[in-house]
Amino acid sequence: MGDLKLPDIDYGALMPMLILFGAACVGILVEALVPRRSRHGVQLGLSFLAVVASFVAVIVAHGTRKITIGGAVAVDGPTLFLQGSILALGAVSLMLIGERSLERGGPFVSQAAVTVGSQKDVRQAGDQPGATEVYPLTLFALGGMLLFVSANDLLTMFVALEVFSLPLYLLCALARRRRLLSQEAALKYFLLGSYASAFFLFGVALIYGYAGGISLGAVHDAVANPQRSEILLYGGLALVAIGLLFKAALAPFHVWTPDVYQGAPTPITALMAACTKVAAFGALLRVLYVSFEGVRWDFQPVLGTVAVLTMLVGAVLAVTQTDMKRLLAYSSVANAGYLLVGALALNKEGLSSTMFYLVAYGFSVLAAFGIITLVRDADGEATHLSRWAGLGRKSPLFAMAFSFILLAFAGIPLTSGFTSKFAVFGAAVEGGQTWLVIFGVISSMLIAFPYLRVVVLLWLNEPGETTPTVSIPGFMTAAALTIGVLATFLLGVVPAPLIDLSQDAAQFIR
Amino acid sequence: MEQTVEYAHATGALSGIWLLVAIPLASAAVLLLLGKRADKWGHWLGVLAVAASFVLGLVFFIQLGGLDAEHRSAELSMWDFITVGNLHVDFGLLFDPLSGVFVLLITGVGSLIHLYAVGYMEHDPGRRRFFGYFNLFVAAMLLLVLGNNYVMLYFGWEGVGLASYLLISFWYGRPAAATAGKKAFLMNRVGDTGLAIGIFIMFATLGSTQYSDVFNGVTALSGTTVLVLGLLLLLGAAGKSGQFPLQAWLPDAMEGPTPVSALIHAATMVTAGVYLIARSNHIFSANHTLQTVVVSVGAFTLLMGCIIGSAKDGIKRVLAWSTVSQIGYMFLGVGLGGGAYALAIIHLVAHGFFKANMFLGAGSVMHGMHDEEDIRRFGGLSKHMRWTWLTFMMGWLAIIGIPPLSGFFSKDPIIEAAYARGDWTSWLFGTAALLGAGLTAFYMTRLFVLTFHGPERYTEQNKHPHESPFIMTVPLMLLALGSIVAGFLLSRHSAIPQWLEPVTGEGEHDPVMPPAVISILVLVVSVAGAGLAWALFRKGTALQEQPAGAVVTAARRNLYTDAFNEAVFERPGIYLTRALVYLDNRGIDGIVNGIAAGVGGSSGRIRRLQTGFVRSYALSMLTGAVLVVGAFLAIQLGWLA
Repeated sequence: MGDLKLPDIDYGALMPMLILFGAACVGILVEALVPRRSRHGVQLGLSFLAVVASFVAVIVAHGTRKITIGGAVAVDGPTLFLQGSILALGAVSLMLIGERSLERGGPFVSQAAVTVGSQKDVRQAGDQPGATEVYPLTLFALGGMLLFVSANDLLTMFVALEVFSLPLYLLCALARRRRLLSQEAALKYFLLGSYASAFFLFGVALIYGYAGGISLGAVHDAVANPQRSEILLYGGLALVAIGLLFKAALAPFHVWTPDVYQGAPTPITALMAACTKVAAFGALLRVLYVSFEGVRWDFQPVLGTVAVLTMLVGAVLAVTQTDMKRLLAYSSVANAGYLLVGALALNKEGLSSTMFYLVAYGFSVLAAFGIITLVRDADGEATHLSRWAGLGRKSPLFAMAFSFILLAFAGIPLTSGFTSKFAVFGAAVEGGQTWLVIFGVISSMLIAFPYLRVVVLLWLNEPGETTPTVSIPGFMTAAALTIGVLATFLLGVVPAPLIDLSQDAAQFIR
Repeated sequence: MEQTVEYAHATGALSGIWLLVAIPLASAAVLLLLGKRADKWGHWLGVLAVAASFVLGLVFFIQLGGLDAEHRSAELSMWDFITVGNLHVDFGLLFDPLSGVFVLLITGVGSLIHLYAVGYMEHDPGRRRFFGYFNLFVAAMLLLVLGNNYVMLYFGWEGVGLASYLLISFWYGRPAAATAGKKAFLMNRVGDTGLAIGIFIMFATLGSTQYSDVFNGVTALSGTTVLVLGLLLLLGAAGKSGQFPLQAWLPDAMEGPTPVSALIHAATMVTAGVYLIARSNHIFSANHTLQTVVVSVGAFTLLMGCIIGSAKDGIKRVLAWSTVSQIGYMFLGVGLGGGAYALAIIHLVAHGFFKANMFLGAGSVMHGMHDEEDIRRFGGLSKHMRWTWLTFMMGWLAIIGIPPLSGFFSKDPIIEAAYARGDWTSWLFGTAALLGAGLTAFYMTRLFVLTFHGPERYTEQNKHPHESPFIMTVPLMLLALGSIVAGFLLSRHSAIPQWLEPVTGEGEHDPVMPPAVISILVLVVSVAGAGLAWALFRKGTALQEQPAGAVVTAARRNLYTDAFNEAVFERPGIYLTRALVYLDNRGIDGIVNGIAAGVGGSSGRIRRLQTGFVRSYALSMLTGAVLVVGAFLAIQLGWLA
């Protein structure tokens, strides 16, 4: 029996993940040990502390470029930039998740069997501060995402995928209002997610057969120096890509998105739209740029077609949506298409502009869902479009903020939507993918229509009897909204610092 | 004109010239943004802001006077305004003798009119808004004269235009006011477009819009370029200053409150065109044809204004046409070039005083007469409004050029300079200016006599005219004082020509007749005109418009210029618009709507694929997966690539 050789572990580089996972474990203990009444405050404080500490750890680790823990994790510029983005967006999501003043008991509940509005439900809402399990689950999900963007071999990537997916499936099921819809969404997400995971895993197996290893560097070497049948390579690449395209909600693997976005509790939808997108694209970028750059000419047309399909499907279907959350879901699909255009540039600008886009879009979408949590009536959030008619007259401030975010989504100058789209399209043209940009611009034009229709609805329609009022946001939601809107504005007006940062970071380690 | 143009950097106190613009701008922002909360004290803030600018302007002016003639300027570069490719535009200011004179006129006369407006607008619910716009105007006008490049000038130019439209249609509930605002806007667009294209040409040929670069570079340009450039600038100037052929908006602009007419449409904004030409004197002096065009425009407009003014019955209308005509004199002056630039500026300042004086006097008359404007319904007001009468008389004597009032010192030299143009055109332009002086005397006397003397012809509701409050008459007295002494002070020992010499250069005088003869001729013609009017209108006039000969009818109809505009521009424009609308509805909208319907329809159809069943979702994912894997393998096997 040979000596076991312990792999070299750089704890400093892993610290962001360790903090989050550690805090999540402590959170579970808190659930068990801390009395119910004070649990919410403790959990919220703990989660924020963990996210902030983790963010600090990312900043401390800046400039690190190494592969550690036996080749499983690569800490480099893109890793740290994306981890920082996930944590920043995650912190804002936590603000939305932690809001308890909008509704008695908060937006989450874990007793699926209790009928909404029954005596037991009312008593429970009064007694309990809502399901505090959401905090450790969120921390696990965020930790999994950090690992996902830093995974340096395909199996670690798969583990990370499951680590962040499972908590998300659970979180989706916890809505207090419209419980059945929420549970249905969670189940759909879980089934289809498992299905996609299977594709991913199968792809990993094929690639292992081709390359004789699963680390991204080994795959790169095998691609450069082919030994075995390329059917294994292309089949593997296609299946791994499908697993990732699913998480990033690209057509035709986007079908879960509208149902899940609509059914999940809105703060969780915000978390998925902002952070999951970063994580999924982070992994996709790493796989494409690190392992498969050698066959770029082969996958660019296929994935380009996927991008075109995604942009068109997202934009065209957004036109006829009547539910605000579904509308934003399709908008998120279309945005995934724009992101893939940037990613397919396969140059330094492509990498940096995609990362910039992820941050810019994340903040905008958080603000958008934050506002959706505020537009309520007696039955909870009023998400049907017709209910938003004339909201500008009743609550001009929020209608203004929402209009501004929609203009950002539509890519109007002076918003981050313009600068980020400009960046990814510019990178794609530079990378020789002009045809994608043409479709991107067409799609942007199409999708501007549903956004502007909402703006018109907000301002030019008379408020009806059924127009809900906008609740006064609690401190947390107000802070989240302010951050989201401000980031959307600042990244539109002075994008240079973040673009510079993303360009400095745009170098993968192999 | 071979000397290079250089401006000294602003030093010491002069580096604070930006405050001149910033103070009224800040005040305008406060007044317009605070809304009703500022209603109680807003007007005083407005007055204070302009007065503060005046005091500062005076301090800077004295500072500037302390510098020697070589370096009598202060240029202040504040920040990069536009940097695109080769185009660099500074946000920069320039305080030199020319802008100094304008700053004092704008803020000085402006302060008095602001003060007057406190009283005049007392009962108007929109007084705060009025003062907000008024301050905005002052800030924009100061930016216009203080900019150190043509883009800054254009910035201010559009700013004063905006304030002007807002104030003309201040009483937007009245259709006439709204229409007048629209008319002013449209006619100014024509001129502004000319100015804008002129600035583009500067950038295209000289690569800069900075005054110093343009003036130094203009000598290197071809004659045609200079001519085109100058004509475009002239078009801009004519638009803003109400000169032929863009004069029609100015009389209609009198629909605004009277202080607006006094400040914007008589004393300051309408002289922006004169400023533009005086500032661009290096361009205009570089081409003789160009100067001839400017002189012709001036001479034609001054006669036109006089003729139409003689036939009008609204007190403000007559004053408006008189403004058109007096600015014609100024254009004549700046067109003559050389030393006549300074003469035009003297006339501009003097005119600022006596015209503001008379407009405010007219406002005072209307204030006491229930907003009656028709001079046929006045008469004998000298008994009821002593101060208004006395101050208006000073303005009247000043404008018709009776010595020693200011008009004599300012208008006379321009007529002399017109006779000194040097070739046969001396006779043409000199005589036009001389004739204008006689006509001016005629119609101004008619206005004065019909308003203040003769039998009372009041309507039923105007039985008891009354004098205006002190807050209105005090500015009148100060302006009247200005009307008396301004011309004398400005031209004494050639004060202004010497002061402006670093900017405009010297001129040479050699009139076709001895100056004394010309002076006497002017005086004789003026007195004759005034005497004729006095004799005709001493006993009042008919209360209704009487049938008259062709000339008078033409004058009443603004010499048919409005009819001409309507027939030549408006009607074809309307037809063109209708044709385009038709094309847009049927053609372009058809395509657009078709695409929209197509997208909506396909959206509706594809939407049905989203069934809500996990099994169909899984199937569509599987299909996608097969296609993606298939595509990769097809590439690998060489089917597609």
